[in-house]
Formats: sequence, structure tokens, C-alpha cells
Amino acid sequence: MADRRFGFDTLCLHAGQIPDAATGARALPIYQTTSFVFDSADHAASLFNLQTFGNVYSRISNPTVAALEERVAALEGGRAAIAAATGMAAQMIALLTLARNGDHIVAARTLYGGTYSQLAITFAQFGIDVTFVDADDPAAFRAALKPTTKALYAETIGNPQLNVCDIAALADVAHGAGVPLVVDSTLASPYLCRPLEHGADIVVHSVTKYLGGHGTTMGGIVVESGKFPWDNGNFPQMTEPSRGYHGVRFYETFGDFGFTMKARMETMRTLGPTLAPLSAFLLLQGIETLHLRMPRHCESALAVARHLAAHPAVEWVNYPLLPGNRYEPLARRYLPRGAGGILTFGVRGGKGGGAKAGERFIEAVQFLSHLANVGDAKTLVIHPASTTHRQLTEDEQRAAGVTPAMIRLSVGLETLDDILWDLDQALEKSQR
Amino acid sequence: MAIDDIAGLRRILTQSRVVAVVGLSAHWHRPSYFAAKYLQEHGYRVIPVNPNYTEVLGEKCYPSVTAIPERVDIVDCFRKPEEMPALAREAVAKGAKVLWMQLGIRSSEAARIAAEAGQDVVENRCMKIEHARIMGGLHWAGVNTGVISARRSA
Repeated sequence: MADRRFGFDTLCLHAGQIPDAATGARALPIYQTTSFVFDSADHAASLFNLQTFGNVYSRISNPTVAALEERVAALEGGRAAIAAATGMAAQMIALLTLARNGDHIVAARTLYGGTYSQLAITFAQFGIDVTFVDADDPAAFRAALKPTTKALYAETIGNPQLNVCDIAALADVAHGAGVPLVVDSTLASPYLCRPLEHGADIVVHSVTKYLGGHGTTMGGIVVESGKFPWDNGNFPQMTEPSRGYHGVRFYETFGDFGFTMKARMETMRTLGPTLAPLSAFLLLQGIETLHLRMPRHCESALAVARHLAAHPAVEWVNYPLLPGNRYEPLARRYLPRGAGGILTFGVRGGKGGGAKAGERFIEAVQFLSHLANVGDAKTLVIHPASTTHRQLTEDEQRAAGVTPAMIRLSVGLETLDDILWDLDQALEKSQR
Repeated sequence: MAIDDIAGLRRILTQSRVVAVVGLSAHWHRPSYFAAKYLQEHGYRVIPVNPNYTEVLGEKCYPSVTAIPERVDIVDCFRKPEEMPALAREAVAKGAKVLWMQLGIRSSEAARIAAEAGQDVVENRCMKIEHARIMGGLHWAGVNTGVISARRSA
């Protein structure tokens, strides 16, 4: 008899957590411990040799963190996952498991500013070369490939340009070159899009955002599909005896979760940006309502986008599912349940131009929170040019889709009429 | 009968105790050694089958399945697919209850031979990974086990 295929909502509540063997606790226990005792010297040796599965030290694995890992793996339709301290740490773990000194990555130019800096500045210090290309042009990704390319990297929904990625087209380019497509799907969450179903091989998230949803806790995660052929000749680190883990051949030994095992036993174990058990617990509380929150974020964001598009003090509105948006066809294909809660708009330039009017708008909002985050239950507002993308030059900002007058809104779960009221009164003040 | 669902695999794993591991290597870093050592640690009696060795993992090693003088529940195979039909006949002759083909190994002919003799057949799965997936352990490695249940773990 075939196993039942449980629905997404059921997985949000149950995947990765059956009641605790020792106590029967229904809620997820918080295993606030650094270390785990061995049954015997032989058991210890088996654990270190990876001949048996178990917990040794919480930098490598922890039962509370494992519940989060399995839950997100299930929600993404993946084979396995490894959590990290932040979304930035997760993408670093994913990419450093694939690429080393002398290797190359092709990435979308429209990435989140922090990611751009990680790849362009920090990875360059490691000797990993990253070429940034037009996110909308799969041919540009193909043209940038080198013999040393080890991954393609893009975001399901770019931040803050809100460009929607043609995942299947990029997967074709990646697979034509024998390398995986890695997709950051933070702004979509697995409720809106599961990139692995469209051909991506690895998905990364900042769990801090919609998955957690409450804005209390940092976290990141890497999910592998289990379908990439690591023995295609391009990834000797997956097929040859590991220098970092006494001769284990990760792909041969662990098969379709070999990438996650290598990420855990080599990259995470030696670099150490582990997720704390308490953080995993808090993030899981959020995931239990992901399927209830995401429809509301999408519904309210679309209503806000329509309202702003008709507002006299607004120059332009960017939301993928607005009619006429250049990404509407891709959004209808990849985000059929909604395009998420993030939108951007330009305040019409009053005194001092659009940038000044934008600052006056930010100063005037009453309960919309001015801060540098997205995907919170509360509505958030920010001026990217002076904050999240401040480290970039104006040209780099424009390349990343940030214009001087742009306001980014992360639409929350408050009463819709109240959100519209606060926007209206602040827009009115911005024009004075 | 071909077994591929959680309930069926759980039944095999709980009702079986003696596992003949065909093609077991004596090298600690080989997958067959990983799997057999795991099975030993989880209460199974492992009987190595490999003409190249006399002893592996502290157990006497036999040149073939039919040379094993005691009862065998599962014949767990780390051999190439083309060797599987002959191994299936050996497993049937031995009276084993389950023919288990490891990850990457499929043989419809072997499956037919075993099923016609009333054996359960598992193809293209690792016994260690399935045990850890269903009975606990693999979950700790971040793997999507597919287990959804409100009963205490074992």
C-alpha cells in the first residue's frame, strides 16, 4: 500500500516531530544541551565514523534543530536539510560545500544587498569568483559559465526589485553545465513556491522571514532535492574520499542526502554557524501557522498595491501580480497562490524630490514599523537606498533594482483598512 | 511481494533478526561495512557472505548464502544487478523470508523469482537508511523521513 501523501497544512504542523520517546511530550522539547553522552566507547566510535546516526555535539546536530530541518525539508519537497544561524550563514554553507578556492559561481545581479556583498566581497577573499548577470536572462547565465563554475544562484523573488525568477529556465542552463541551481526562496516561502518542483537542486531560506513569521528569531536553512547526480565528474569532493572527514565518500555512502551530510560534517562542523535549539523551537512555532499567514499577506499586499497604484501621491508601484507588471506572467506560473507580502513604490517628488518625499513618508507613518527586515507579522517599511543597500554605490544600487525614491513595504497581518489609513496619512504628509 | 511503503518496511524490520549481508566488505569506510555495523548495533545478527574473507565484524564469513548453516531472515545484497537472479535463487533455497536489494540495485527477474517463492522483496533501498528513517536516527541527520504520527517514537 502506498504511503499517504499528507497535505501541506498537515506538514506545517507535524513533519519532523513525533512525540518525544522519553516523555511523550506533544510540543517540541527544547534540547538545550551542548553535548550528548555515548552508550559505550564503541558507540562513540560508530558515531564519529558516521556508521550510526545520533547526536554528538550541538554544533553538528541537535534534536530540536532536527525537527526544524525535517519540517522545512518536507515543506519544500526535499530529501534533507541543514539549519544555520541565519539566512546568510545558510547560503554560505550551501555554496562553500559546492565551491572552493579557484571555483566560480554565476549569480543574479538583483540579489539582496547582504548576499551581494557576501558573494562579491567575502567570497572573493576566499578565492571564489562570482559573475553577476541579468536575472531575467537565462542566456546571460549560460554565457557566464566557465569550466570552474560550480553553481548558479538566484532568488525566487528578488529583494527589493521583486523580479520573479524563471526557475525552470535557469535549471536547464545549470543542468546543461552539470552544476546545481541554488535558489533563495525566502520571499516566497514554500507555501507560495517550491523551487525543487521546478528543477532547482538546492533551496536556501532566511527562516527569519515568513517561515518564522514573528520577527523574534534569526535562522537559515539549506534544503537539497536528493536528485542531483553528484557523480557527474564536476564534484570530486562528493565522490572522492573526504580529507575533511577521514576518507568518507559522501555520495556513495549517503546517496541522495550526501550533499546535506557533507554540508553538516565538513562545512558546518568546521565553520560553526549553527542554529541554537531555542531558536529552532521559536521558528517552528511560526511554521505551524505558515499556511494561515501567507494567504493573508498576499491578499493584503495585492489590496495595498492596488490602492497605492490609484493614489495621487504615488509615482509608481511594483508588485509582481499587478496587471501590467513585467513579471506578471512569471508570477502567474511560479506563484499561483500569490506573490507574497512585499511591494515597492515611489513617492511622488514634492519639495526636495522623490528621495526627500520618501524620507518624509517614512517619518510620518504611525504604526508601520521602520526597520530593516521583511516577512514579519507586522507591517514594515524602509527606504533601501539609505539603509539596506547603503554600502553599495548608486550604480550598484540601480543594478540591484534600488532607486533613490523607492520605499519597500512588507505588508503584515493587521486590519487592512488600518494599513491603508496609515499609508494615506503618511503620504499626505510626504507631499507638504 | 514487493514492499516499498513505511508500514511494510516497518513490519520487515521488526519481524526479522538474522541478516545475511552479501558482498560485505571488511574495509571500514565502505558502505556495506557502514550498513552492517549499524545493523549489528541495532540488534540484528549479521552473517557476512563474501568468498574473499573468513571473518568480518567479528562474525564468521561464508562464501555463499546456501553455505550458512543457520536460519536467515533477510538476504541483504550489495551485488551488481546482473548477479541478483542467481542470488534470489540462493535466498529461496535458503528459506529466507526477505530478499533485500541495496540502494542502486534493481532486478525485476530477481524480484519475480523471490516473489513467486513467497518472499518479500525490497529494491533500491539501503537497509540501514530505512531502519534509521522509520525507527529513528535518520531524522537527526535532517532527512525528510516521511513519518507523520502522533505516537511516541520507539
